[in-house]
Amino acid sequence: MHEWALAEAVITAASEIAEKEGLKEVTVLKIKVGELQQIELDILEFALSQLKPDKFKNTKINIKIDKAELRCRVCGHQWIFSKEELDKNSAEAIHFIPEIAHTYIKCPKCGSPDFEVLRGRGVWLESIKGVR
Amino acid sequence: MGDPRISVVNERLKEIRNIIAVSSGKGGVGKSLTASILALALVKKGYNIGLFDLDFTSPSTHIILGIEGVQPREEKGIIPPKVHGLEYMSIVYYTSNYALPLRGEDVSNALIELLSITKWGKLDFLIIDMPPGIGDATLDIIRLIKNIGFLVVTTPSQLAFETVRKLVTLLKELNVRIIGVVENMKMNKSEFIQQQVKSLRVAVLGGISFDAKIEKSIGNTVSLLKTSFAKELEQTLEKLGF
Ligand SMILES: Nc1ncnc2c1ncn2[C@@H]1O[C@H](COP(=O)(O)OP(=O)(O)OP(=O)(O)O)[C@@H](O)[C@H]1O
Ligand SMILES: [Mg+2]
Ligand SMILES: [Zn+2]
Repeated sequence: MHEWALAEAVITAASEIAEKEGLKEVTVLKIKVGELQQIELDILEFALSQLKPDKFKNTKINIKIDKAELRCRVCGHQWIFSKEELDKNSAEAIHFIPEIAHTYIKCPKCGSPDFEVLRGRGVWLESIKGVR
Repeated sequence: MGDPRISVVNERLKEIRNIIAVSSGKGGVGKSLTASILALALVKKGYNIGLFDLDFTSPSTHIILGIEGVQPREEKGIIPPKVHGLEYMSIVYYTSNYALPLRGEDVSNALIELLSITKWGKLDFLIIDMPPGIGDATLDIIRLIKNIGFLVVTTPSQLAFETVRKLVTLLKELNVRIIGVVENMKMNKSEFIQQQVKSLRVAVLGGISFDAKIEKSIGNTVSLLKTSFAKELEQTLEKLGF
């Protein structure tokens, strides 16, 4: 349910940008959601629809899923994260704080926890379109 | 376009009257012990207190306070459990005491995530236990938390104080509020550190003696509050008018 907290962050940030750019109405809001965080899209969408202020009344919210791609800093191996390899508790911890991945995920080649998240970490604001 | 989490950080902290980072340029000087006992002492005075352990790679306050078997609640965010009368938040809820090896950018990201999803209640004080030094966590809280105040811990050692001098100078350059400097692990009556602190034009918050018996009280909050450490820290609070 912390999808609500993230949705609130998205709406707050998007409102700030709309304000800055002098948009009276926001028509399109593009968001990217990384798979590492395993966001429940239904809840995120519902939360966004509940939290959005008037300016966003007719906004088309476009959510794109980004695969989580990891690269080992020790051996250079690159791989795609799949939550099926985690038990429920580890998956949940990563859901709250994606960096916890460094506790529960190891490089499948060399076993190191020293990897980089190339893409697909968390929630990201891609773009906003609207009318001035 | 950007990271939406930053926008909501100050919203999450807006019902907190006072945010205090317990910090030092040096490791092992007693930041975690000071932060923990400070939090307990303020609870004892009747304040609403939160304690936030921001030392992600080496969290300690849960051990000092003997906190085990609790988890935050989820409710449109995460709500820290109340333990020993204080709202307590630490990364250990999620690492279950395994190692969490993090690089700088990861530290930043985890810190921003926690700041943006944690829902503190109405607090008089939020005490933050910082990792040592002026690395990512320190720069991030300065960048992200408006009105944060620093309580700086040193020891009588020149080695500790020289790092504290750098921290204090940085904070001053950035116009960050410095509550004062505590001199921990005092072994004698030397006034060397106090004079040094004064010459930096920062409040001297008094000394805390080295307490060879403190280890026996680790994990027991009742016993911690009876230590000479707690007594001396409480005198410091009087000075601050808390
Ligand atoms: N006044 C004191 N008397 C005796 N022991 C002390 C005193 N203050 C701190 N200690 C002990 O020194 C050690 C370091 O303390 P603490 O963990 O609080 O330091 P820290 O600054 O938080 O360290 P780190 O930089 O690793 O986070 C602990 O074992 C603690 O119990
Ligand atoms: Mg510490
Ligand atoms: Zn590897």
